[in-house]
Amino acid sequence: MDSKLLRELESLLGPGSVLHKPEDLILYEYDGSVEIARPDCVVFPRSTAHVVKIVELANRFQIPMVGRGAGTGLSGGALARLGGMQVVFSRMNQILEIDIENQRAVVQPGVVNSDLSRSVEHAGLHYAPDPSSQKACTIGGNVSENAGGPHTLAYGVTANHVLGLELVMPTGEVIRVGGKALDSPGYDLTGLFVGSEGTFAFVTEIIVKLTRSPEAVKTLLAVFDRVDDATETVVEITARGITPAACEMLDGWTIRAVEAWVHAGFPLDSAAVLLLEVDGLREAVEPHADEIAEVCKLHHAREVRVARDAKERELLWKARKNAFGAVGRLSPTYYTQDGVIPRTKLPATLRRIEEIGKKYGFEVGNIFHAGDGNLHPIILFDARDPTQFERAVATSDEIIKWCIEVGGAITGEHGVGMEKDRLMPLLFSEDELNLMRRVRDAFNPRGLLNPGKIFPSGKGCGEIRIRPLPVKGADVAPTT
Amino acid sequence: MTTAARIVPDRVGEIVGAEFLVADPARLATYEVDGVRPCAAARPETAEQIVELVRLAAAEKLAAIPCGARTKLRIGMPPRKYDLAIDLTRLNRVLAYDPGDLTLGVEAGIPLCKLQSVLAEHDQFLPLAVPFFQQATIGGTIATNVDTPLRQLYGTARDYVLGMEFISGEGVRTKSGARVVKNVTGYDLHKLMIGSIGTLGVITRVNFKTFPRPHVSRGFLAYFADAAGAFELRGRIAASPLAVSTLEILSPQAAQIVARNTSSEVGSLPLPGEWFSTSHWILAAAFSGNERVLGRYTTDLTRMAEESHAENSLVIGDAERHSLWGRLREALPLMLESSPAATIVRLSTLPTRLGEMIARLQQIAEQHELPAALFARGVGVVYCALLPPSSGGEAIRRLARACGKIFESSPSFDGRAMIPWCPAALKREINIWGATRDDFALMQKMKTVFDPHGILSTGRFVGGL
Repeated sequence: MDSKLLRELESLLGPGSVLHKPEDLILYEYDGSVEIARPDCVVFPRSTAHVVKIVELANRFQIPMVGRGAGTGLSGGALARLGGMQVVFSRMNQILEIDIENQRAVVQPGVVNSDLSRSVEHAGLHYAPDPSSQKACTIGGNVSENAGGPHTLAYGVTANHVLGLELVMPTGEVIRVGGKALDSPGYDLTGLFVGSEGTFAFVTEIIVKLTRSPEAVKTLLAVFDRVDDATETVVEITARGITPAACEMLDGWTIRAVEAWVHAGFPLDSAAVLLLEVDGLREAVEPHADEIAEVCKLHHAREVRVARDAKERELLWKARKNAFGAVGRLSPTYYTQDGVIPRTKLPATLRRIEEIGKKYGFEVGNIFHAGDGNLHPIILFDARDPTQFERAVATSDEIIKWCIEVGGAITGEHGVGMEKDRLMPLLFSEDELNLMRRVRDAFNPRGLLNPGKIFPSGKGCGEIRIRPLPVKGADVAPTT
Repeated sequence: MTTAARIVPDRVGEIVGAEFLVADPARLATYEVDGVRPCAAARPETAEQIVELVRLAAAEKLAAIPCGARTKLRIGMPPRKYDLAIDLTRLNRVLAYDPGDLTLGVEAGIPLCKLQSVLAEHDQFLPLAVPFFQQATIGGTIATNVDTPLRQLYGTARDYVLGMEFISGEGVRTKSGARVVKNVTGYDLHKLMIGSIGTLGVITRVNFKTFPRPHVSRGFLAYFADAAGAFELRGRIAASPLAVSTLEILSPQAAQIVARNTSSEVGSLPLPGEWFSTSHWILAAAFSGNERVLGRYTTDLTRMAEESHAENSLVIGDAERHSLWGRLREALPLMLESSPAATIVRLSTLPTRLGEMIARLQQIAEQHELPAALFARGVGVVYCALLPPSSGGEAIRRLARACGKIFESSPSFDGRAMIPWCPAALKREINIWGATRDDFALMQKMKTVFDPHGILSTGRFVGGL
C-alpha cells in the first residue's frame, strides 16, 4: 500500500477511519460466503463528499475500490478480490428523512435494514424487504444485491421498493437518479443500478418506499412426514392463486439443526415443515389461513399449527431466520446455493438435490423460500480437506445446472459476486455477457470499482478461487 | 432518390419475403410518425429476421422504428430520421405459460386482449388495463410503459416483468432476466428497455409474472363539490389498512369526457349508468375479496367519504363497474378525440401534493384560455388534458406557452412532467420530455452501448436520444 495514499486518506478521514494493519484487515477479508480476499486498506467515509474524495484518490493512485455494508453478503460481492481499498459504509448510517404521509424515507447506505422498519413502526409502517440478516445487513448492501427475504413473496424485492439513488460514479461525479416522485422521464436507471452488485457506482443515498403494516397476521406451521408432500403443498398453494405473505420450507435435516439451537418446537421426526404467513385485513386473514390449512391437510400434513400470539410467531421466525447460524454450529464450513426454479418444479427438484448429494457423498439440507422457488441447498464440508471442498462445489454446480435445465436461474437473491461468476455462461451467451460488460464499462470505464465480479474471468475455478479457512464454532454465522 | 429509398424495399423484401414488405404509399402512411413516412415497413415473423433487418439498418445507416399496433407511436419527439418500420405484429405467440407457476413468456407482437383471454382461462391476468386496450400489443405497451389504474395495487411493468429478449442496435440477439419470479443473475437490462420507446433495442419477447384474477370486485364512488375533499379522502384511504386496487380522482370535465357517447371504438364502449355524476369531482376506487372483506371496504370507505365531506358516495357491483372502469381505462383516448389539438401532460408528484398540483394546473389552463380535463392516480400521478377547440396556429402557441409554464412549475412540486400526446405542430415549439437532468449523461452512455450507430427510434427520446 502506497504510504502517500494512506497519509492522504488519513488526512481526509481522520486516523480512526483508515485501517491498513494486517490484523485489522483480516476482519474485512471475508463476508458470509466461502470466499476470501484481503483489501490493502479499509476506509470509513462519513459523507458523500468523503466518498467523492476517496474515488478521486483511487483514480489518482490507480487502485481498486469496493463498497461494503455489513459484510453479510453470500456471494463475495463486497470483497476486494483484486485488493485495493474497501470502502465501508457503516458510519454513513443516518436516516435522513421520513415522510410518513407519503410513505417515503431517505437513508444513507449504512442504515441497518431492521432499524429503518423500527423507526417507522409507530406510524404503522415498515420497510418491506426483509433479508434474514436484517438485524445486521444494510440498506446499501441490499440495494447493491437487490436483496430478497421471506416476505418478498407478497411484497416484492428491494428493486420494487427503491425510488431513487444518489450515486458517486467511479469517475467521481455525483449523480441522482429517480426521485421521491414516480415516473422520472428517461431510462429507468434506478431499476438498473439496484442489483448491479456494486460494479457501477457507490450508492450514497437511497429513497425507499415504506409499506403499511397489515392489521392482522397469521403464521402457520405445517408438519409433513414426506418432503414430497410439503413441496406438493407449495405447488398447489401457488396454483390456486393464494399468495401468502411468506412460504418457507425447512427439511428434516435442517429442522433438527435448528431445533437444537432455537427450540421453536419443530417436530424432530418430521421430514419437512412449511412456515406460512398470511396478512391483511382481519376479515381476509382468517379464511385465507383456513384455505392454506386445507391444502396442507389435502397433502397429508401431519399437523397444522397456528401461532397463538406474537410471541409464538416471533419464535417460529427466529428459528427460520437463524437457521444458517444453527448450521454453523454443526460444521466449520458450509456451502449454500441460491438457484431459482419455476415453482411447479419444486417436487422434482428436491428429489434431484437429494440424488445429487448422494452421488457426491453429502447429505444436503434445504431451507428456503419455497413460495418463490428460491432454493438454498446447504452442503456441509470440511475445508481442511481440499477434496471435500471440490466435491461440495461440484455438488452445488450440478444443482445449479439442474435449475437452469428446468427453466430457472443461478441466483435468486444473493448475487453472482465472485462466487458464481464462472457459472454465468450456463445462462448467458458470450454476446449477452459482452453487452452486460459494456454496460458496466460505460459507468466504470477504468474498471477500478469492484473488479473481478459477475463475469467469468476466463480462468478455471481452481486457479482463482481462494481456499476458505476453517472457522471454528461460529455461533453467529451469516444468515440468509 | 435517397440511398434508403433505393435499397430498403428490395433488401427488406429479401429478408421478410415480398408478401411481408410494405412499400405502397397508402399503406406506408399508416406507419408515419409525426408526419415522417418511412421508405418501407417490414413485417418479420421471427427474431432471426429482425436480427437481419437491424444488421441491414446498421450497415446502411438506415433509421428504424420498431412498432406493434401503432396506437402509442405518437409518444416521443418526431424521429430525426426514419427509413424503416419494423412491425412486430406477426410475432404474436405465447411461448411459455406455466399457470401453476404464474409465469408467462410471450412474443412482443401479441395483442394484449388476446393474451388476457388466454390468461382468463386459468383465472389469471396481467394488471395491464392500458388505453387502446383492444389493439395494443405487449411490445408497445412495455416499450412506452403507459401506466394504468391498476398500478395502485400492482405497480407498473418494472414490478412484474421478469425478463426480456431483445435485439440491440447492432443486431445482436440478447436477453436479460429469466422466467422465474425472483432472480438477480446478471444486470437487469430489461428494466432499461421498459419505457425506452424503442431507442435501445427491438423487444422480441417479454416474460411476466401473472396474477390470480380476483373473483368478486366492487367499485366505490364518492362525489365532491371541490377537489380538496377528494384529495382528503385519498389521504384517509392511504393511511388506512385498506388496499384498494385502483384509486382515481377525476375533475368534472374529465368525468364528462369519460361518459361521452361518440361513434369511435372507445366512444361506443358501454356507458356508466345514471349513478355516474358528471358535475362533481369524483374519487373512484375498486376493491375485491370475500363477502366479509367487501363489507368492510364498503363500511370504511363510506365512513371516510363522510368524514371528508363527500356530497354522496356509493358502491357499485361488478356488472355496473365494468362499464365505468372500461371507460376509465380509455380515458386518454377519449380525451384525445375530444379536441383536434388535444395535448396530454403527465406529471408526477408526492401523493400529498396532488391537490396543490391540480390547482396550479387548472390555473395555468385558465390563464391560457385552454379547456382542461384532469385526472389523478392516487399513487401520485396527474394527467392534464389541454383541449383547445381548434388546432390552428394560435391554439398551438397557447398550448406551447401553457406547457412551458407547466414544465417550469413542476419542480416546485418535487415533480416531473412530460407530454405523452400532443399535435406534431406543438413538438416544433417545445420538447415533450422537458429539460434533461444530470442523469442524462448516464442515459447517453446507455444509448451508445445499446445502439452505437444511432439507428433505433433516433431522436425520439429524452434529450434527443
